[in-house]
Amino acid sequence: MAVSESEESRKRGVVAVVEPAGHKLPLSMAGPGAMGKTGYWRTQRPVVNTEKCTGCYLCWLYCPDNVIEMVPGKGPRGQDIPVIDYDYCKGCGVCAAVCPVKAIDMVDESKFLAKEKEEGDGNA
Amino acid sequence: MGMPKLLAMRGNEAVAYAAKYARVEVVAAYPITPQTIIVEKIDELISKGEMDAEMIHVESEHSALAATYGAAIGGVRAFTATSSHGLMYMYEVLWWTAGSRIPVVMAVVTRAMGPPWNIHVSHEDILATRDTGWLVSMAENNQEAFDLTLQMFRITEDPRVYLPGIVGLDGFILSHTVEPVELPDQETVDEFLPPRRQPYVMEPGEPKAMGNLVPDEYFEELRMDMQQSMENAVKVIREVGKEYAKYFGRDYSDLVECYKCSDADYIVAGTGSWMGDAKIAADKLREKGYRVGVMRLRWIRPFPWSDVREAAMSKRAVIVMDRSLSTGHAGPLFLELSSALEAKPSMIGVPAGIGGVDISYEDIERFTEKAIQLVEEHGRVYIPAMWYHLGKIFPTYPSSHVKLD
Ligand code: SF4
Ligand code: SF4
Repeated sequence: MAVSESEESRKRGVVAVVEPAGHKLPLSMAGPGAMGKTGYWRTQRPVVNTEKCTGCYLCWLYCPDNVIEMVPGKGPRGQDIPVIDYDYCKGCGVCAAVCPVKAIDMVDESKFLAKEKEEGDGNA
Repeated sequence: MGMPKLLAMRGNEAVAYAAKYARVEVVAAYPITPQTIIVEKIDELISKGEMDAEMIHVESEHSALAATYGAAIGGVRAFTATSSHGLMYMYEVLWWTAGSRIPVVMAVVTRAMGPPWNIHVSHEDILATRDTGWLVSMAENNQEAFDLTLQMFRITEDPRVYLPGIVGLDGFILSHTVEPVELPDQETVDEFLPPRRQPYVMEPGEPKAMGNLVPDEYFEELRMDMQQSMENAVKVIREVGKEYAKYFGRDYSDLVECYKCSDADYIVAGTGSWMGDAKIAADKLREKGYRVGVMRLRWIRPFPWSDVREAAMSKRAVIVMDRSLSTGHAGPLFLELSSALEAKPSMIGVPAGIGGVDISYEDIERFTEKAIQLVEEHGRVYIPAMWYHLGKIFPTYPSSHVKLD
């Protein structure tokens, strides 16, 4: 018997036709932002003291949200330094805890909020 | 083209054949009475070379559904079956499957939940799935168990739906009872059931995560999408049911089956195999001069809201047979039907037959007549739980204040 077209499309190893059809789906791709802007969770903000930083990459390695980028050669002594994306940094303090030279301070977020508000008012 | 053939088989075997005709590629299961024959039969079909599928033997029902779901999310048609405690053990994975929007078909052979140990029919297992986002249907006979299973693949894989689906059949009454079942030929099934579609496929080499933490607002929007898909499913069920008649001669375009409803004053409502006995009871009551009809819910989810309202809203009374009880309130079907009908007709809930206690058409005739008499005596009544047990009426909470005897 000839193999019909429908049998052909039902061959072993042939997977389903993908057709998302506009549904909301519980899917995400690797990268920051799967959970939205987690920066708003933050109550403490990590602030890098670039004078102290040795550019060892430990904070970059440990950040659970993958929001630290190391910028090559931009430190005051030409060392690589961490730059934190505050849109997604949730303020967990892991970076501050692992820094071997205590170059990261956790600062109360309300200080920044007050300052931003002031600047905002000034601009208005 | 081949011809359909009529064979004698148990309900469980009918379901197994439906999985074969649907070209299911992966089955994962764990044995539990009264479901076991389904997966035994599938195993037999695989070992005889009649079915080209992988059977995964797992150590629990939680794993059975997880493995079935894993295969389905990987892009193949997958199937499992369970009952009672097995279904409860799967409960978490039911939510994972529905929430992920991956079509999967499962048979639930209804059985009581222990303790004490009981392997006979009750609906507390299947009705506990109402809130999970699965489509839920209930067969009245073995042919319908076959037909619903086959249709369930097409309905759940429809892009407007993309939700998993359960086909329910009553333990022993259908699962172990031999009835004539017409099996179609494969070519016709292939025409009726297109190759599988799904919203995404998990494949190696394309990293993505399903089920990660999301903002609460997005979570809620996903649930809204599921509710919309349930509404779409009503339409899809009707379409597929009509198509089914074209291919196989049996029409499933109605979500509820109405028997002599149009001229009836009184409607006996419920789901599952005992609704066949209810039809005999209705005929007997008609001989006594009561105009009785039967409304059988073929679908529980999506709830056939408009169908039910159309059939029963204007009736004098609706008597709801419930083979399970939300202990502390009333039978689940009573509550759902009271809500859909805005309790406009008199409503009498009759928990009965729980744990497989035999209910004959004479029993149905007896409690229905009792309910009709109450309505005739008092005018409008609303009795959530008028328990029927061994020929007697036991008014129970919350309707024990209604004087019944
Ligand atoms: S506080 Fe936490 S999230 Fe923010 S940069 Fe440090 S390690 Fe990353
Ligand atoms: S761990 Fe400390 S020293 Fe190392 S790169 Fe980060 S801030 Fe600099």
